[in-house]
Amino acid sequence: MTGCTKNKNQLLYDELAHFIADLPERKGALISVLHKAQSIFGYLPREVQEFVAGQLKIPVSKVYGVVEFYAFFTMKPKGQIPISICLGTACFIKGAKDVLSELKQILSIDVGEVTPDGRFSIDTLRCVGTCAMAPVIMIDEKVYGNVERKDVKKIIREHQ
Amino acid sequence: MDVVTSLNNMTFYKKQRRIALRNCGVIDPENIDEYIAFDGYKALATVFEQLSPDQVIDNVKQSGLRGRGGGGFPTGRKWELASAKQSDIKYVICNADEGDPGAFMDRSILEGDPHSVIEAMTICGYAIGANEGKIYIRAEYPLAIHRLERAIADAREYGFIGKNCNGNGFDFDIEIKYGAGSFVCGEETALIRSMEGERGEPTMRPPYPADEGYWGKPTNVNNVETFANIPSIILNGAKWFADIGTDKSKGTKVFSLAGKVNNVGLIEVPMGITLREVIYDIGGGIAGGKAFKAVQTGGPSGGCLTADDLNTPIDYENLLAVGSMMGSGGMIVMDESDCMVDFAKFYMEFLVEESCGKCTPCREGTKRLHELLAKITQGEAALKDLQTIRQLCEVVKDSSLCGLGQTAPNPVLSTMTKFSKEYLAHITDHKCPAGKCTALLRFSVDEGNCTGCTLCKKACPTQAITGEVKQVHYIEQSKCIRCDACYKVCKFDAIIKK
Repeated sequence: MTGCTKNKNQLLYDELAHFIADLPERKGALISVLHKAQSIFGYLPREVQEFVAGQLKIPVSKVYGVVEFYAFFTMKPKGQIPISICLGTACFIKGAKDVLSELKQILSIDVGEVTPDGRFSIDTLRCVGTCAMAPVIMIDEKVYGNVERKDVKKIIREHQ
Repeated sequence: MDVVTSLNNMTFYKKQRRIALRNCGVIDPENIDEYIAFDGYKALATVFEQLSPDQVIDNVKQSGLRGRGGGGFPTGRKWELASAKQSDIKYVICNADEGDPGAFMDRSILEGDPHSVIEAMTICGYAIGANEGKIYIRAEYPLAIHRLERAIADAREYGFIGKNCNGNGFDFDIEIKYGAGSFVCGEETALIRSMEGERGEPTMRPPYPADEGYWGKPTNVNNVETFANIPSIILNGAKWFADIGTDKSKGTKVFSLAGKVNNVGLIEVPMGITLREVIYDIGGGIAGGKAFKAVQTGGPSGGCLTADDLNTPIDYENLLAVGSMMGSGGMIVMDESDCMVDFAKFYMEFLVEESCGKCTPCREGTKRLHELLAKITQGEAALKDLQTIRQLCEVVKDSSLCGLGQTAPNPVLSTMTKFSKEYLAHITDHKCPAGKCTALLRFSVDEGNCTGCTLCKKACPTQAITGEVKQVHYIEQSKCIRCDACYKVCKFDAIIKK
């Protein structure tokens, strides 16, 4: 079992190493590399950051500094079904905080946490640019618009 | 019933004039031939065949086009500065890092008409003598990224960009760079740092990007909407564009109309239209029959305007004069049920998170301002706190490094000035007139409406509600934590909060 996991992990690191090797230019490529790394691993744990630093020959502190600066990068794993709720101005005015509190209550987790079974996680977003449909929830790339408190249960059930 | 014979006769469209959005929703954005059929790349051909780089810049200057990202700097002047600089390499950057929460103009243009931006960037490259273009786009916009990638590949295949564009001996190519979720990266020096793979922290200006930008080379940064206007200006002439709008603000502006209006969505209106026309004629008035309270423009850097300002013609100078700003185009309408202190707190919370932390006034000031506003919404503030807020706002405004910090106090200052009674009601009367700040509300049961369904009793987390089935319920004030749960579950409007 351990061997199997290790192999799988090794494949992921190989994929990242190939991406870095194929870059036309390494100068200024850190953010692109981190985007790729997050799409491969799902998040950016310390080991991945160290690997990126080694490959790009830059200090780990610089990699960490960039990861920590940008909201898109996360050092915590997400659930299999990451639920993102928009807290932009239009969504705020249309009651996104109510929807969020319902979401937290149903899943019994806080923002940035994952359910114990690893299925769901909640994140907040700053505007996905669908303000005409506010408030919105995003699951993967699917956008649920005009969400009301009472709709939350149904949306979660769709994915259970 | 009136029959609407054409789209332009619908009330939503009647007062609009579409230049930047001319092709959005009209053509298939993934088909370059459709763009060409609608005069696409004709402006580029005109530029190559008939105009020298200086003439292009002159055209843009004459048109009076100003930066649509919010700053309002004259675009032609910006191009002229970058053009005057001698360098082996220059860059054209398109700022598509639309971070203003509550705005989606750039996303719509990139998704609906990506070629217009590519064409304009190429024209800009020719004008200022740059051979490389970069589009810095938010990673949160996957569809826009997909369409841009496709459009760039198609434009390259058709020879509009790449080596020897259009067979005119001019090289220009475009690459996409991805943002990673940071509001401050909309500031051009921060954007450039981010493109270089660094933390997106702004730097002192000067040097301006036109002198030392991306990798230290002369760089011209324009916003998506600014670029989207360029092809029409070249094709129809500078005078045509300059004839639209007001004295100092020419052309049109795209706004994302959102919040409590009946018709929400993206609109493009000529400069000089009044806020009243936008909210009542295009927006169809306030939703749900409620009363208009305020409209917020300019996002986290802007301010709130009231009913007194509704007849103001929209342009850069007028919005500044009434205490707000044009900004990138977010326009959020609020009704009587929205609390302005809570709203100012919302923006401050956003700015606390988005402040990059480089300079102290912004990093610490926004945090302290947020705490003070939270104190007011909790009913724990004293009158002297208002003075502290004002002083702190002045310090943050005067001493922050970049635009984010310098404008961060605006939502607070504008609401404090225009809704001072509401602030006072929170502090002296411990009341939230809009009924939003739950800590200041008293929950009680309307005996006439209560059916004794027990829903509220079950929802109450502190067992503050008592009452038998089919009997009027009662809320014990000492146990009530004002969580709003009872109000939200009640189906009979029987929970009163005042």
